[in-house]
Amino acid sequence: MAKTLFDKIWDRHVVKTIEGDQQILYIDRHFIHEVTSPQAFAGLRERGLPVFRPAQTIATADHNVPTINQHLPIEEPLSRKQVDALTQNCAEFGVNLYGLGHKYQGIVHVIGPELGITQPGMTIVCGDSHTSTHGAFGGIAFGIGTSQVEQVMATQCVLQRKPQKMRISVDGELAPGVVAKDIILYIIAQLGVGGGTGYFVEYAGSAIRDLSMEGRMTICNMSIEMGARGGLIAPDETTFDYVKGREFAPKGADWDKQLAYWQSLPTDAEATFDKEYNFRAEDIQPMVTYGTNPGMGMGVAAQIPKQAKAGESEATFKKSLAYMDVQPGQSLLGQRIDYVFIGSCTNSRMEDLRMAAALIEGQKVASHVKAMIVPGSQQIALQAQAEGLDKVFIAAGFEFRQAGCSACLGMNEDKVPAGMYCVSTSNRNFEGRQGPGARTILASPLTAAAAAIAGEIVDVSKQVGVLA
Amino acid sequence: MQAFTTIKSTAIPLPIEDVDTDQIIPARFLKATTREGFGDNLFCDWRFDREGQPKKDFVLNNPTYRGEILVAGKNFGCGSSREHAAWAIGDYGLRVVVSSFFADIFRGNALNNGILPVVVSPDFLDQIFQAIEQDPGATFTVSLENQSFQIDASGTSTTFDIDPYKKNCLLKGYDDIDFLLSQKEEIEAYEKV
Ligand code: SF4
Repeated sequence: MAKTLFDKIWDRHVVKTIEGDQQILYIDRHFIHEVTSPQAFAGLRERGLPVFRPAQTIATADHNVPTINQHLPIEEPLSRKQVDALTQNCAEFGVNLYGLGHKYQGIVHVIGPELGITQPGMTIVCGDSHTSTHGAFGGIAFGIGTSQVEQVMATQCVLQRKPQKMRISVDGELAPGVVAKDIILYIIAQLGVGGGTGYFVEYAGSAIRDLSMEGRMTICNMSIEMGARGGLIAPDETTFDYVKGREFAPKGADWDKQLAYWQSLPTDAEATFDKEYNFRAEDIQPMVTYGTNPGMGMGVAAQIPKQAKAGESEATFKKSLAYMDVQPGQSLLGQRIDYVFIGSCTNSRMEDLRMAAALIEGQKVASHVKAMIVPGSQQIALQAQAEGLDKVFIAAGFEFRQAGCSACLGMNEDKVPAGMYCVSTSNRNFEGRQGPGARTILASPLTAAAAAIAGEIVDVSKQVGVLA
Repeated sequence: MQAFTTIKSTAIPLPIEDVDTDQIIPARFLKATTREGFGDNLFCDWRFDREGQPKKDFVLNNPTYRGEILVAGKNFGCGSSREHAAWAIGDYGLRVVVSSFFADIFRGNALNNGILPVVVSPDFLDQIFQAIEQDPGATFTVSLENQSFQIDASGTSTTFDIDPYKKNCLLKGYDDIDFLLSQKEEIEAYEKV
């Protein structure tokens, strides 16, 4: 029977099907971090259980680490306690930790791929909804709650019903200044924040295939923002080239064997999906969000809708615009901004830093704007330094920080003050996400960098001369 | 996990859509290393102003509305996978959340913590909101055994779906980990292939 990419991986990982279509799904790689693991370790301790497969478990500290002076003890007592707890738990249970100060430390969804731990055909989970990022390699990767973190630690399995399958194809060529982040913000704006609930999404089409691995990760990363449990992209030469030679990638004969498996994974031509959408790359502009969920996005030159979208209530729409202090029908072009954050597991990789640096080189951040670049990992920070990008950012007036989640969720000191507008390359513009009262406008690294220079929202596609 | 049987209670209305888990429990409260105490910060930024004073217009601060049932607009629990959202809801004393649509991860997290997510039709959801509007003291009866949700005053009721395995767990107070541990041999056999 013809199978999709998703079916092939899922079916191979089912240990057993039990009542009500619940399945015991075997997990190849389990990533953990300091925020969603302490209660799971405590659970193991209470039950007197070990971590069943510690070699398949990888830990890092990312969510509440400071992004300056990482060589010093963490000042904030609660954050320090949580990071210390992770260190102790990993030591006690024999889990490999890339903690603060380690050369491999970084945002959990950035380090897995860059170390070659994330590979095609795998099942990957983490107590974090953006685990979907790893699906870019052609694997099944999804976020779980802490109870499930404990289950995976104890048994290397989760109980799960098989989700339905959706395919979203984007064909054609992107306009200059339009990048992966714009594609996914566009898709979410079309489908809405609940549009993918119950589904696993395969992204396909020529515009997706043309993306680098970094761009594909940006796309898969935000699958959860339309409610989908995860997203994945068929592995191809771009994928294999990226994985090959990385620290934990298969080597020698093992590589050949794995490669043969990976090449068998793409969706069969006759396979069917429960739902399909098709979009044209030419229709996509640089995107910005105007409201308080990632589905409230629009082309940067468009106007904020006059009313709620079909299926959304007027009350929720109005509440959202009031929080952002914007008006129905308004354009965001020229909207004065206060902060720019380039970072997060969505857009903190080399490609993102390079595109931002190319755009700002030789220019200055507007005097009223506080702008910050937070690389996704220590390795990226080093690479950026090797390429001299840090100097470009600093000369322009950006702060160049150390690796972590940072202002994506404001668990550390990197917060946006109440009432301020922040153009952010992260993935969530929820009320208070970047700090109580903060107003987030989600955008690509290009749009964010251009906004930092201009001090307001601008249409980066009009600056293609600069880009070329 | 606390077993779930039948609950008869008044309900708290929250007619807002797409309530994300960052609202249910903001990130700055996720620094605990235990599961307790999250109820105090449930909906913190909607409940309290920046000086920590209760905001009068938020429903949890209105003494008229009490109960073990929260009734919310569609797509409740979207966003972050933080199970702290379910812990906060449970710790606050809620046992049932009713909506026309739940985000996947939240729904799973709720079930793993003895909180019942009840999905009703958009029409029925409106009826519940109306019943509360007419009489904040209106009670509702939720039977997990019969998979039914009843508006007591009118006797109108609806049924809801729940995975049979999950239903069993909830009725008995079992969690998945007990079950998975009982399957160790098969998991090890799978690993060998
Ligand atoms: S960068 Fe943001 S979205 Fe990504 S893992 Fe960290 S907190 Fe979550």
